[in-house]
Amino acid sequence: MSGTQDRLVYMANQIARNFAVQGEAVAIAATARHILDFWDPRMREAILAGDRAGLSDIAAGAIARLQASP
Amino acid sequence: MGYEPQADFGTPEVRADTQVTLTIDGRSVTVPAGTSVMRAATTSGGAIPSLCATDSLAAFGSCRMCLVEVEGMRGTPASCTTPVAQDMIVRTQTPRLEKLRRGVMELYISDHPLDCLTCSANNDCELQDTAAEVGLRDVRYGYAGAHHLGQQPDLSNPYFLFAPDKCIVCSRCVRACDEVQGTLALSVEGRGFASKISAGQRADDFLSSDCVSCGACVQACPTSALMEKSVKEHGKPERAVITTCAYCGVGCTFRAEMRGEQLVRMVPWKDGKANRGHSCVKGRFAWGYAHHQDRITTPMIRESVDQPWREVSWDEALAFTAGRISAIKAQHGARALGGITSSRCTNEETFLVQKLVRAGFGSNNVDTCARVCHSPTGYGLKTTFGTSAGTQDFDSVMDADVILVIGANPTDAHPVFASRMKRRLRQGAQLIVIDPRRIDLVRSPHVQAAHHLPLQPGTNVAVLTAMAHVIVTEGLADEDFVRDRCDWDEYQDWARFVSDPQHSPEFLEAVTKVPAAELRAAARLYATGGNGAIYYGLGVTEHSQGSSTVMAIANLAMATGNIGRPGVGVNPLRGQNNVQGACDMGSFPHELSGYRHISDGATRTMFEQDWGVALDPEPGLRIPNMLDAAVDGTFKAIYIQGEDILQSDPNTHHVAAGLAAMDCVIVHDLFLNETANYAHVFLPGSTFLEKNGTFTNAERRIQPVRKVMEPANGLEDWQVTQALANALGLGWAYTHPAQILDEIARLTPTFAGVSWDRLEREASLQWPVNDQFPDGAPVMYVDGFVRGKGHFVVTDYVPTDEKTGPRYPLLLTTGRILSQYNVGAQTRRTANTAWHPEDVLEIHPLDAENRGLKEGDWARLASRTGETSLRVSVTDRVAPGVVYTTFHHPETQANVVTTDYSDWATNCPEYKVTAVQVTPSNGPSDWQEDYAGLTARSRRIAAEPAE
Repeated sequence: MSGTQDRLVYMANQIARNFAVQGEAVAIAATARHILDFWDPRMREAILAGDRAGLSDIAAGAIARLQASP
Repeated sequence: MGYEPQADFGTPEVRADTQVTLTIDGRSVTVPAGTSVMRAATTSGGAIPSLCATDSLAAFGSCRMCLVEVEGMRGTPASCTTPVAQDMIVRTQTPRLEKLRRGVMELYISDHPLDCLTCSANNDCELQDTAAEVGLRDVRYGYAGAHHLGQQPDLSNPYFLFAPDKCIVCSRCVRACDEVQGTLALSVEGRGFASKISAGQRADDFLSSDCVSCGACVQACPTSALMEKSVKEHGKPERAVITTCAYCGVGCTFRAEMRGEQLVRMVPWKDGKANRGHSCVKGRFAWGYAHHQDRITTPMIRESVDQPWREVSWDEALAFTAGRISAIKAQHGARALGGITSSRCTNEETFLVQKLVRAGFGSNNVDTCARVCHSPTGYGLKTTFGTSAGTQDFDSVMDADVILVIGANPTDAHPVFASRMKRRLRQGAQLIVIDPRRIDLVRSPHVQAAHHLPLQPGTNVAVLTAMAHVIVTEGLADEDFVRDRCDWDEYQDWARFVSDPQHSPEFLEAVTKVPAAELRAAARLYATGGNGAIYYGLGVTEHSQGSSTVMAIANLAMATGNIGRPGVGVNPLRGQNNVQGACDMGSFPHELSGYRHISDGATRTMFEQDWGVALDPEPGLRIPNMLDAAVDGTFKAIYIQGEDILQSDPNTHHVAAGLAAMDCVIVHDLFLNETANYAHVFLPGSTFLEKNGTFTNAERRIQPVRKVMEPANGLEDWQVTQALANALGLGWAYTHPAQILDEIARLTPTFAGVSWDRLEREASLQWPVNDQFPDGAPVMYVDGFVRGKGHFVVTDYVPTDEKTGPRYPLLLTTGRILSQYNVGAQTRRTANTAWHPEDVLEIHPLDAENRGLKEGDWARLASRTGETSLRVSVTDRVAPGVVYTTFHHPETQANVVTTDYSDWATNCPEYKVTAVQVTPSNGPSDWQEDYAGLTARSRRIAAEPAE
C-alpha cells in the first residue's frame, strides 16, 4: 500500500471480502453501508473519483451503488 | 476523611439464606449462618483482640488471642474459627480470658523489639494495639534466651521491606499471597521457634522470588515486618481520600493516604467493588511518576519542530494555539482539524475534547486509543447484542464453572481481576486458554488449564468457527435460549455455515495448528460444563479480523445460552483505565456519546440544541486516516490529550510522516513523549492524583477520581481543554467536572441517572443507569438484548494478508508485561523498571539455535515495514515459528516493525501478526541511534524563559 488511494482500495476490498459470505447482493449493500457509516467524506470522494481497477467485484458494486446515491 | 484504618471484621463475610441469632456479652446478635463468632461480635459493635485474623483471609486460628467462652462448650475456643449457632451464648471478656490473652501476648512481646517510638508502624500497629487491648503491663521474659532480634531486613523490593525481627509469624502474609493474590510465593520456612517467612526458595530474597509485588502481604501484616518504604520515609498518613487507579481497565479503588500534599501510600479500598480490596504492583506502588523530574509543568511552544522549545505563559501558549487553529480552519476548512481523546483521562475530560473537536473545530475528526485496542469490541458487540460493552461485572466470575480466556493475559495485564479468576479456579472452575503463548494461567501454582489451544496467530476466527462446528453438529447448542432470545432464522443460517465439514476442527487443523481432538474437547466443555464465561483481550481485537472474532465470540455465547445471568457472558478486558469511558463519551469519529451515529438526525439535533452550534453530519477520520490525510495535505492540525501515538501506533515511520506533515501538533501530556518530537505546542497535563472526575472500567462501572493534591502544572486537564476552547471563543464556563457529568447525563441515555452527588453517596454505578435500570446493571441482557433479538453473524475466516515467507519466516506478536503499562510513560518513571528495564524478544529454543542466538544476545528484528534491535529471551512459552515482545520502551520502538494491516471493520491495527526475521546483532540499529539523536534535539528547551 504505497499511497492513500491504494489503501482505500485495499480497505474497500477487505470490507467486501468479509461480507462476501452473505452473498453478492447482500455483500454489496453491506459494503456500501459500511463505507457510508464509517468513512470520512474525503475518503469516499477519493475512492469514487479514483481508479477502480483494483476493486473486487463486490467492492466495485458497492462503490457503484454509492456513486448512484452518495 | 481523616486517617482511620479500614474496618476489619476478622473473618470474611458469609452469605447464607438462613440467619442465626445468638447472644454475645448479653447482646442479641443476628447474622447469616456460617458466620464466625468473631465477625458476629465485631459487626455488632464489639471487639475481640486478634493478630492472625483479618477479614480478607479465611480464619486460621493460630494466634490464640481471640479466645472466647461459650456456654455449654468446653475450653476457650478461638472465635475466628468457631461458627455461630442458634441461641449460642458467648462471653468475650472474662477474668479467665483476660489472663489467657495477656499470657499469650507476653510471649509475643518477649521476642519483639521494643522500639515502638522509632518504629515506622508506631500508632498504626495491630501488635501495639492488641498489647494495649489485653492490658499487658509487664514482660517477665528477658532477651537472654533465644530470640529473633537483630536479624537483617530484606530491602530488595523497591517498594517495601521485610524486617524478620518484627515478624510474629502469624502467616497473614503467606495466606494473603495464597488466597488473595494466588501467587503462592511466600511460605513459612522451618518449624517451631525456627519458623520464618520465606519468599521463594531459601536462596531468594523478595525481588528474586516469584513475588509479584502486589502488596497484599504488606496490607495483611499486623506489624511493621512488611512495610511500605514510603511510610518509613514520610511517616504515618494523616488523611485518606478514596480515588480510582489510573492503570488498566480493572479500575481498582484506593485510599490515597496522605500527609499534607505528600502521598504516603496507596492502599486498596476494601469496599471497592472492582478490586474488593486487592491491588497490583502498578496501582499500589507505581505512582512516583507524578513527581518525576521529567514532568513538564510549564506550557511550551515553537514555530517549527526543528527549533528548541520555548517556555511561555498559559495565555501565550493558548493564544498561539488558537491562532494556528483558526488560521488553518480559515485556509483549509474545519475538516483539516482533529483531536485524540485520552483513555487515561476522565470521562469529563474526554467528553470535553470530543466536544471541542465537534463544536469548536467543527469536524468529527476525533478518535481515541480504542482505535488501536478495542474498537472491534465496539463494532462486534454493538452488531450482535446492541451495545458496545461487556456483559458482566467482575464478581460474576465467582459464579463461572468454565472460564474461556482467549487472546488475553490477565495475570500480566489485568492482575487484580486475574487474582479473582484464580480464586474461582482454585474452587474448581475449569479453564480453557486460547493463546499462541503458554501464558501463566495455562499452568501456575494451583491453576492448570483443562485445555490450552496454542493457535497459529491470525486464526482466531477459524478456531472459534471450529468450536461452533462441534457445538452445533454434536447437538450441544441451547436452542431453547436461541429461540427465545435470538433471531431463529439467523441462527439457522449460522448453524448451517458452521456445520459445513470445511469448518470442522479436523479440516481447519492445518490452518490453526490446534489438535482437533483438543479443540473438540474444549468446545464440549464450554458448551456443557455449566456457566460458561468468556474473557478476551487484545489478542482477539488486534487482528485483521478483530471485529469478526468478537462477533464469533458473541455467537458462541448466544448459541450456548451463556448470556444474561451471573457466571456467564462476554467480557472484554479493557486495556487502559478509562478506555470504556472514552468510547462511551463519543470519542469515535462516527458516534456521539452513548454509541449513537452522527448521522442520526434526532440525536445530533439534541446536541446541537444543547451546545448551540450546528454539527457536521458526516463521520470523521480515524487515527490512521488522519495520518494518511496529513501526508496527502488535507489534514493539518491535531490536539492530542494523553496519548503517545508515535510509540503506541503501528508503523512508526508512517505515524512520524503524518505528524511531520501537519502544521500544528498540540500535545497535552505529563511528559515530552515521543509524539511531542513532532509537536509545536506542549500543554502540560495533570495526573489522576491532581484532578476530579470519573473513570469507567471494563465492567461499565463509573467511579469517582478525586483530587488529592494540587496540579503541579496549575490546571486540571479539563480546565486546559476549556481554556483552549475559550481561546477559540467558545465561552465555556464549567467550574467543576460535576457540571460536565450533568451535561453527559443530559445528553446520554445510558448515563441519565448518573451524577457526581450520587457517586459520592453510592461510590460506583454500572451503566446503563436510567429509568429502566435506576440502580445500574451489573449483568446485562437479563431479559433481552438492547437491539431486541440477539443477532447471529456468519463469520467467515479470511486469512491475513501479512504472510510469512523465506525472508520473513517468523510471526511476531506483541503484548504487555505486569510491571509496565502501555507505552511505559508512567511506569518507566518508577522503580518498576527493576522488573522490566527493557523490551526483550521471546524466541523458542529451536528458532534461537537455528540463528545462533543465546539468552541475552542482541538480535535484529526486521519486518517488511522496519527493523529494530533488542535482546532475546530464549523460552518455550512461545511456539516454534512465533516470537513475542512488548512495546513499553521507546528505545526499542517495537512498532517500527508492525504493519499498516488492520481490522476490516474498524482499522484496529493488526499488532498481533507481523512476519519478521530475527538475526544476530551487535547492538542498537542505525535507526535506533538516529532516533535517539532526533529525540535529544527535539527535547531541547531554550535557556531564556519567556517574558
